[in-house]
Amino acid sequence: MSGAEGIGASVRRKEDRRFLLGKGRYTDDIVLPDQSYAVFVRSPYAHAGITSIDTRAACELPGVLAVLTGKDTVDAGLGGVPCGWLVKNKDGSNMVEPPHPSLAVDVARHVGDPVAMVIATSKAAARAAATAVAVDYDVRPAAGNLDTATAPGAPLVWDAAPGNICFDWHIGDPATTDAAFAKAAHVVEIELTNSRVAPNAMEPRAANGHFEASSDQYTLYTTSQNPHLTRLLLAAFTLHVPEHKLRVVAPDVGGGFGSKIFHYAEELLVLWASKKVGRPVKWTSERMEAFVTDAHGRDHHSKAQLAVDANGKFLGLRVATLANMGAYLSTFAPAVPTYLYATLLSGPYDFPAIYAEVKAIFTNTVAVDAYRGAGRPEAAYLLERLVDKAARQLGIDRIELRRKNLIQPSQFPYQTQVALQYDIGDYQATLDMALARNDHAHYEDRRLASAKRGKLRGFGISTYIEACGIAPSALVGALGARAGLYEAANVRVHPTGSVTVFTGTHSHGQGHETTFAQLIAERLGVSIQNVEIVHGDTDRIPFGMGTYGSRSAAVGGSAIVKALDKIVDKGKKIAAHLLEASVADIEFKDGQYRVVGTDRVKAFGEVAFAAYVPHNYPIDTVEPGLDESAFYDPKNFTFPGGTHLVEVEIDPDTGVVEVVDVTIADDVGVIINPMIVDGQAHGGLAQGIGQALYEEAVYDSEGQLANDSYLTYTMPRAADLPMFKVGNHVTACTHNPLGVKGVGETGAIGVPPAVIGAVLDALAPLGVTDISMPATPEKVWRAIQAAKAATGKKA
Amino acid sequence: MKDFVFHRPSTVAEAVAMLKARDDGKFLAGGQSLLPVLKLELAEPTDVISLAGVPGLRDIRVDGDRLIIGASCTHDMVARSAEVKAHLPALAALAHHIGDAQVRNRGTIGGSVAHADPAADYPAALIALGATIKTDRRTIAADDFFTGLFATALERDELIVAVHFPKAKRAAYAKFAHRASKYAVVGVMVAETSAGVRVAVTGAAGVVFRVPAMEAALSKAFAVSSLDGITVATDDLNSDSEASAEYRAHLIGVMAKRAVQACA
Repeated sequence: MSGAEGIGASVRRKEDRRFLLGKGRYTDDIVLPDQSYAVFVRSPYAHAGITSIDTRAACELPGVLAVLTGKDTVDAGLGGVPCGWLVKNKDGSNMVEPPHPSLAVDVARHVGDPVAMVIATSKAAARAAATAVAVDYDVRPAAGNLDTATAPGAPLVWDAAPGNICFDWHIGDPATTDAAFAKAAHVVEIELTNSRVAPNAMEPRAANGHFEASSDQYTLYTTSQNPHLTRLLLAAFTLHVPEHKLRVVAPDVGGGFGSKIFHYAEELLVLWASKKVGRPVKWTSERMEAFVTDAHGRDHHSKAQLAVDANGKFLGLRVATLANMGAYLSTFAPAVPTYLYATLLSGPYDFPAIYAEVKAIFTNTVAVDAYRGAGRPEAAYLLERLVDKAARQLGIDRIELRRKNLIQPSQFPYQTQVALQYDIGDYQATLDMALARNDHAHYEDRRLASAKRGKLRGFGISTYIEACGIAPSALVGALGARAGLYEAANVRVHPTGSVTVFTGTHSHGQGHETTFAQLIAERLGVSIQNVEIVHGDTDRIPFGMGTYGSRSAAVGGSAIVKALDKIVDKGKKIAAHLLEASVADIEFKDGQYRVVGTDRVKAFGEVAFAAYVPHNYPIDTVEPGLDESAFYDPKNFTFPGGTHLVEVEIDPDTGVVEVVDVTIADDVGVIINPMIVDGQAHGGLAQGIGQALYEEAVYDSEGQLANDSYLTYTMPRAADLPMFKVGNHVTACTHNPLGVKGVGETGAIGVPPAVIGAVLDALAPLGVTDISMPATPEKVWRAIQAAKAATGKKA
Repeated sequence: MKDFVFHRPSTVAEAVAMLKARDDGKFLAGGQSLLPVLKLELAEPTDVISLAGVPGLRDIRVDGDRLIIGASCTHDMVARSAEVKAHLPALAALAHHIGDAQVRNRGTIGGSVAHADPAADYPAALIALGATIKTDRRTIAADDFFTGLFATALERDELIVAVHFPKAKRAAYAKFAHRASKYAVVGVMVAETSAGVRVAVTGAAGVVFRVPAMEAALSKAFAVSSLDGITVATDDLNSDSEASAEYRAHLIGVMAKRAVQACA
């Protein structure tokens, strides 16, 4: 079409006007008649028996409507918060799946675990009453982090999970991997931690529950990335109210990064409490509350070995990972360190043999679940750090070692040793593009210029792959998913030719209102100004599985395209009648139905009008109206990949690392809106650099979160980042109608190992060989001091 | 945040009288320290007395060899003031790096000094320059003013009206900012005034302090190399997740050298 607004056009985001003017409508903006407010009393201890809860004083305070405890939820028969994925142990038995009460009963298992809910007529009254709830705790020893939880004799988070092991899972072939190592010329080993991060969406979580007695209808306004899944879990597991009596609305949502995928106890509790007090009940998380209640990300500890032959070709990979689950299993938690992590361990490389073992560990911390990238950053970080180490150990250039082992374009479709089949890619092309744009040939000049200014310059590289477009339902079902992962769309053409699209995906920063409108412009020739994208309301949208795993364009966009195909086909029948031609002779192009080879045309709008005013219409064979729905279940994951290059300058006096250049070349498939794709890359890179240099959620051995506010938890800021150079080389996905792959997570996946690689490259001349994320100034300074001391001793 | 009674007096005397009459009142200047504390309910005053309507506290002027900055001058006003830039450029530069633009547009020098946050920037300047604090009732030397962690020589109902800075022969401030909060992990002000050379350190301990060994060395020869080999004991230094005492001690040396360098 319609080059100005169709696929490939960088049109400005339609939604930004309301956001920039402060006119967005978020969950906390919604104030219902007779609104009441909830505040939670939360455990200050990581592990404690709840001896007693005295709510009498709180109940007597002005404005207090109710104070509810775990016992009340049990008496009411409320279900526990369910886990959406079952992972099996090596021996085929099920993982340990402990209960997750919505309000803690008898035992609190992490700091922030809710033990009582106070509802009052104002937030201030609820807060005052919350401090008046007297809870007696019997403080127990805690498994506060991975180290403590896996130590011999560690306190148990759950009696049913000896050694705090949730599951002990594996993938790949141990025998062929052993054989590969037996014939290796070199074996390279690494042990590393993938640091824990708190998600920190700009808008904290919130939920407003409303029970209307007149209609026996529940409505939940919530900060969710997938309202339909929340409704399904409420209906089937937690609230036990059927879907037709339950509406879940996720209005404007200010960022999610995974943390708003999951069904949280607060969503259930505000609905239940609303019926109890006879008024709508709203809870809005405080920022410090968010730090200890939003599901965190990452938190792996891994050991890995790489087998390499005499020519530098990879022969095999062995990985053993401990993954922190937190105290309770969040919705997707078991899938993250297994099917979203270990299946990615081949990376973009041709590996003849891989064997990976993953032990999931319970700790007395808030749950760990999907966070931008979810498992794939952990895989890329491990693999890229290991490849860098191999290059250094073998004396081969890091770029050349990668080149030698990248999967060749001729090898697609490529079957990995860890279950996935990559459909297409061109990893050499993205590597070449990134190196050219970074002007890598002149890197040494830049290093010398930095040295003149007293700075240590380092260069880092990551060639990565990810799997997104989540996911084929039958495949994930076989792997333990308890839901399908298709997507749904409804395209409603109105009588005068404007279009409303109802999508089951959910935009919380991604720009769907623009990107999806461009699909309509492309297919129907309708301007995006005449297209409305509706998402986030289970009463308006047929169904959906939400937005995460970079799935919206690949799966949700494909569902829209399927519905558009039905619209176009129906329109052909109507146009054929109006043009007095046979359907086979009608073509649709540039917004017009035309009798092939003639100038006889009907505009799309005329056909739409005829469909709703069917006076002259093929009424015997075609129903009136122009409104079509489609479900799309993907045939495979999609596999974006690329090369991320980072240059840093380190101040040797202070240890401060400055990122001075980021050049990336991604292959995210066909690009609908280049500006939005670049923006997604920028955001992902900021988060990836955040993890590599700034952010870390630090739990001590007692399970206390040491940094639970912005006074101490360092978020990356624009001033910390250079201008990003983003390039794209497109190979079209082979199995979805748009050829799209996904871009939401690439930055967060690819860049952390490149940052750390650059830091280690800068410090290598001093003898530093390892540093963990985040590479804070003190950590870098200490590494330099330790290396100097070691060199001094040797000399 | 708990409810409180809000007052807006129009003179210094009225403001002081209001606070005196209440058991638990607080002065509110720019609110950049007080409001977070109120939001977290770490303080729950019954009365908040705003200084926004009190005239005469927002002037910056030169009086002989002194620069006088009104207590209600925002950090941004100090950073941009032609007088400050001309007579104490190091102070303008210090103010320009406090917090972020929002903080600088609201936060005031009087509020910051009265709050006496151990990681605030101004205390280093006040001590290194030998400033005096003018209140509604007396004049206090900076040396006597900062008495400990969030503690000052101010009486409960005493109000700062201005800070008087002597002009310096040379001065510079070097700060290693906390990456999250932008407060000083270590901030070092080096200044040479008619009273001699002073080195004052903020952020590193519970209260701003001087480094006599550095002052002595710089008095002999004002050069970066004079600081070689001078270390600060770690005993009284802060240790937290951002910086250990050892790292802070190291940074004091680095920042002091950078400040001396910047004086040149």
